[in-house]
Amino acid sequence: MTDQPLPSAGLDHAAPTPSDASSPDASLPPASIPDDAHWPPTDGWRRVSAKYIVVDVVGYIVSGLMMTAVSLVPLVLFHWSLGWIPPVVVGTVALITILLTPRRVRSIGYQLRADDLLFRRGLAWQRFVAVPYGRMQLVDINRGPLARALGLSELRFVTAAAAATIVVPGLPEQDAEELRDRLVGLAESRRAGL
Amino acid sequence: MTVDPGPAVPPPGSPSVSSGAQSGFADGEWHRLHPATPFLRGGLTLFAIAGIVIVNLRDILLDSVFGGPGGPGSEGEPLVLLTESGFGGLALLGVLVVIVALVVGFYFSWRMHTFRITDEVVEVRSGILFRTHRRARLDRIQGINIQRPFLARLFGAAKLEVNVAGQDANVPLAYLGSLASDQLRREILVLASGTQRAEAAATTDPAALAALPLVAATPGPATGIVEQRVNELLAPELDPELAPRESVVSMHLGRLIGSLVLSETTVFLVLLIAGLAVVFARTGEFFFIAPLVPILLGTAGFYFSRFTKSLRYSIAGTPDGVRVGFGLFSTSNETLPPGRIHSVQVSQPLLWRAAGWWEIKLNRASTSAAKGAAGQANTTILPVGNLSDVRKVLELVLPALVDPESIALLERGLTSSGRTDDGFHNSPRRARLLRWFSWRRNGFALVPGAVLLRSGFVWRRLVVVPLARAQGVSLTQGPIERRLRLASVQVNTVAGPVSASLGAIDAPTAGRFFADAARSTIESASADTTHRWGSAAVTPASFPTSHFPDGAPA
Repeated sequence: MTDQPLPSAGLDHAAPTPSDASSPDASLPPASIPDDAHWPPTDGWRRVSAKYIVVDVVGYIVSGLMMTAVSLVPLVLFHWSLGWIPPVVVGTVALITILLTPRRVRSIGYQLRADDLLFRRGLAWQRFVAVPYGRMQLVDINRGPLARALGLSELRFVTAAAAATIVVPGLPEQDAEELRDRLVGLAESRRAGL
Repeated sequence: MTVDPGPAVPPPGSPSVSSGAQSGFADGEWHRLHPATPFLRGGLTLFAIAGIVIVNLRDILLDSVFGGPGGPGSEGEPLVLLTESGFGGLALLGVLVVIVALVVGFYFSWRMHTFRITDEVVEVRSGILFRTHRRARLDRIQGINIQRPFLARLFGAAKLEVNVAGQDANVPLAYLGSLASDQLRREILVLASGTQRAEAAATTDPAALAALPLVAATPGPATGIVEQRVNELLAPELDPELAPRESVVSMHLGRLIGSLVLSETTVFLVLLIAGLAVVFARTGEFFFIAPLVPILLGTAGFYFSRFTKSLRYSIAGTPDGVRVGFGLFSTSNETLPPGRIHSVQVSQPLLWRAAGWWEIKLNRASTSAAKGAAGQANTTILPVGNLSDVRKVLELVLPALVDPESIALLERGLTSSGRTDDGFHNSPRRARLLRWFSWRRNGFALVPGAVLLRSGFVWRRLVVVPLARAQGVSLTQGPIERRLRLASVQVNTVAGPVSASLGAIDAPTAGRFFADAARSTIESASADTTHRWGSAAVTPASFPTSHFPDGAPA
């Protein structure tokens, strides 16, 4: 990679830095991608409301119960000798998912950078997305029944690419509306074509 | 009977034959479509039905005249039953009423179907009872295609479709005069490019001059409409005056046949025949051979239609963008203005490797009803081509990558084995757990204004995304990748056949790619002026301007 026309320094001098675990913002699970001074930013992440854990947990409990019930069918109706295996497996997976929910919710973060919206989520499967404000097609605010009871909203930042559509769940209603107005304003000032 | 499907009547408001290079449609006034439209769009079925009825009536007439008792097969025929039951007159009346209603309906739907082109929008109003009014902004045009089905060609008509981003968001103008549709396309593109009207006149001038010999060669109405139609039918698919010769990529006949022979269909067919032959040899029953006949007939038809649809295939750079045209009997051609291509993929199926052939596909924001060459989706811009064709087409679809370094990088991206340092940031050795064969080749490169993602050892693939069109950049890491300190990157583009993603990249490198690509996306997008591509050009009539006026070194 000697004579390659890189637009800027970024890729050429990789300075190994201490990993994220020792970063000031210890509330976020350690990101394992880093190794680099620029990436990923360790601070400045705005997190979603802790109340969203409730919404997520309830959702997982309901779906976990339903799937466990379905997996009980071979045991209850057909009296299969190995029929206990599916409900145990499904139940265990559901339980682990539910237990990890607080950490998973804490892993959701977003940043309003100068020209783009940066979003991250996920524990085992981590995902970072950066979408320039100018690419915004529309902003949605959705409220499910449980989230509404807790005063939370979900904000969707929709672009022309499905994979570059950002969904920020668990925002307090006031914050969601402010964020929406802010994003619309930013998108307007950085208008770009398709 | 006011509908005259005959070709002799020129479309109203379009002096298509006599008036040179202006279609007269793009004047901001409302216009109607070609008068043969109802006939071309659906009237044909009416004639077919009428034909069947007449043939049947003739049999009955012959029977009644010659006293034949009707063949044994004609007992149950509805027309025979009708004539025998005495309700024949009533039935005839009913048929007439239906026909008249249809004709009147067609006429009014033609009358009510109007369109206009202003400096800002293309508008279409249509429908008798349920009116629709569709309006498309010119700066959002993703492409314009003109189709000429064989029948329409005989009548000198053409279908023009203005493609706008989104599902089912296109504006079809079917049908227009053949010559007028070409001129209208140029006018729409000139308006859309943002070139001012005064300049626009100047811009059209060279093109108009270029078109003049053609007009002169096609004799006016006085010389005879038949001769003119014949000339139009025999005219080359791509007007040689339209595009500079060196930018034209055309399909080589042998390569076209070869690509059809070396396709998955052939492999499937050979395997099927071999399988059936083996079964036949072991059982000796003809029952197993019988399905071969319809299968062979079907595939022969498939090969034939793909063949004729790919004949006269050409890609060329015109001042208004990339023009792709093809077809022998029914022709179709499409113009993609600059900056409407969201990502490009060059790939090589294994069977084509020995021959050195490649295929190029695109992601575009619009979906068109028009099929591409060989009946494939029109996102396949080059169905088959050798390396030099690929080079030319990439120059056309990625006009920003003009510096020799980027071009060399593109070529290395296609063929390099990745064993030597070839300018790509390839996967580290530990990635061979996830990319068994391709880890040496699996990598990316950033050039000013674009990202190159290369992958595949058996099925080679290179994806180029112009960052001015990228919708976002993402970085993902699963548990296995984390163990191996690897990550996946993706440049998000509009939906299409090309997926610009790359897995199993060294994690820190992927992180820096993410940061760099995100920043260049913003820079490229803010420097991009292609939504009004003509307004930023130095000279209005220049070749497609760079996507990245600031990013690309001249």
